[in-house]
Amino acid sequence: MIEIKNLHKSYKMGSNSLHVLKGINFSCEAGELVAIMGSSGSGKSTLLNILGMLDELDEGSYDLDGVPIKNLNETKAAQYRNKFLGFIFQSFNLINYKSALENVALPLYYQRVGRKERQEKALKYLEQVGLKEWATHLPSELSGGQKQRVAIARAMAAEPKVLLADEPTGALDSKTSYEVMDLIQKINDAGNTILVVTHEEDIAEMCKRIVHLKDGVIVEDKKVEQVRASQYV
Amino acid sequence: MFSLDTWKEILKTIQKNKLRTFLTGFTVALGIFIYVTLYGMGNGLNNTFMKFFGDDATNIFRIYPSQTTLPFGGYKAKRQIEFKNNDLEAIAKEFGPLMDYITPQIQRGAFVTFKNKSDNYTTRGVAPGMQFAEKTIMMKGRYINAKDVRDRTKYAVIGRMVEKDLFQGEEAMGKYIDIGGSAFKVIGVFQDDGGDNEERFIYLPYSTRQLIEGNNDKVNQITLAFNEAIGYSGAMKFQSNLEDFLRKRKVISPKDPRGLRIENVADNLKQNQQFASVLKIIISGIAFSVIISGILGISNIMVFVVKERTKEIGIRKAMGATPRIIISTILLESIFITAIFGFIGLALGIITLNAIGGKVLEDDYFITNPAINSGTAIFVTILLIIAGALAAYVPAKRAARIKPIVALRDE
Repeated sequence: MIEIKNLHKSYKMGSNSLHVLKGINFSCEAGELVAIMGSSGSGKSTLLNILGMLDELDEGSYDLDGVPIKNLNETKAAQYRNKFLGFIFQSFNLINYKSALENVALPLYYQRVGRKERQEKALKYLEQVGLKEWATHLPSELSGGQKQRVAIARAMAAEPKVLLADEPTGALDSKTSYEVMDLIQKINDAGNTILVVTHEEDIAEMCKRIVHLKDGVIVEDKKVEQVRASQYV
Repeated sequence: MFSLDTWKEILKTIQKNKLRTFLTGFTVALGIFIYVTLYGMGNGLNNTFMKFFGDDATNIFRIYPSQTTLPFGGYKAKRQIEFKNNDLEAIAKEFGPLMDYITPQIQRGAFVTFKNKSDNYTTRGVAPGMQFAEKTIMMKGRYINAKDVRDRTKYAVIGRMVEKDLFQGEEAMGKYIDIGGSAFKVIGVFQDDGGDNEERFIYLPYSTRQLIEGNNDKVNQITLAFNEAIGYSGAMKFQSNLEDFLRKRKVISPKDPRGLRIENVADNLKQNQQFASVLKIIISGIAFSVIISGILGISNIMVFVVKERTKEIGIRKAMGATPRIIISTILLESIFITAIFGFIGLALGIITLNAIGGKVLEDDYFITNPAINSGTAIFVTILLIIAGALAAYVPAKRAARIKPIVALRDE
């Protein structure tokens, strides 16, 4: 599903250049649930941004579902993001003046899905995350956990190949975190590929594979026995 | 681009950002409003000029006699020049082909009575040509004709206001009125676009007036219409030839600044029109500056709008919005707001012009019928809408180029 070879990325900081990713080799099959771990500054968010086509790589290659992701213009990148990827952010990034349903329907709108079908699909995914009754509420009327579940429904709505979650539990208390992880595990059980960036040990252990990053290189890549979040809920 | 969904999206955004929408809209509406009102006022001023000089024929010379200031040809200074009937005949003989008509005018105040109503009016002893010079419009009956002049008939043509005030709704035609002690038969009632005061005149045959005043042949003033075919320069030449001719005939020094004066209505009109159009250019300039500042206002607000929405744009891009969609949504939003508020400003401006276009403005500020023609108004509104689109385009384009990761980091 994802194939990364010898990935380099550096940022210009004035006259200095900060080498963030120093030759990453990483691949991931369909249906995997991978945690990308590392302390801050390890390059894990940069890696996720490149995977999400939110940022460009300097060197190396990146194939997503057999499509080489290289030298994309903005329009192409937007279309690929819409087709291949669903995003879950730490700060939820919902549009605050749109209802839960409208937020979930947004990627479908950009896929030019008809209005009626869009509403139906969005409602279906809201139901999956258990927020059907909250469809008409604005993000400001939802709790943190609910917001993140709306964001997950939104990420799912476009039926992407890969879900990318950047610290999805970073802004939530531990109980709500486990609820969100439970949801993510269930989505993964249904066959979806999910990458989770986190620095929390317990969240990482709820995935099936942990990749450790340190100073821009992968220092460890191991399969783990998945801890089910449902037991804590 | 023009799907229902796009509009729903735009309307939703506008709804949720009321203050910002209002600020943008207010700038636009104000700009258009000020432009329309100023432009309308300018037009009103122009209308007043046209009215002052437009109610009389423009191919007219008015010849006024006065006292000389220089001794000349054996005469002393301070001699009062007087025109006589034979002066008119001489002018007609000399300049006949250049002229349309010539008429004397003997203006006298008179106490006028009908039954028990009476008042002071101005009478004018004239020849038939005066009807054309004053653009007098007959409502009833007829004007003074050549036969009246020849027969020295005691006929009077009265203004609309004279009939109204003196006859109090009674039919004036055929009735006799007392003008300064003589009975005159009313043979016509006229109106004049020059206003109420022009409709308080009473026209009589000039020969009758001369008969009343001791059968003299004196004339106050001569009004002469030149043939319009001779054109402006021809008229100027005619004027100077006529002046030379009359100075010679009445023995007035060519160097005397007084003695007689020829007023050229065409020349007056031209000067006043130039003045009015310069004034209009200045007003248009001011109004246009207002529009420009309105455009700058929109640009400012749009830059702010895009900045404020950077994060939202980032989210949308992460969800798969292409730069094209981002740009067109922001553009349409801007155009929509400017269009709606532009027309509001336009409507308010036109309403204001109609409301203030009253008597006070006309009498005190010389503004008549302030109005803007619809072509100009719509042109300006469309200009502002285009400007709104351009103002939004630059920041929208920049927003669309922002990397989503940068936009998402923006708090």
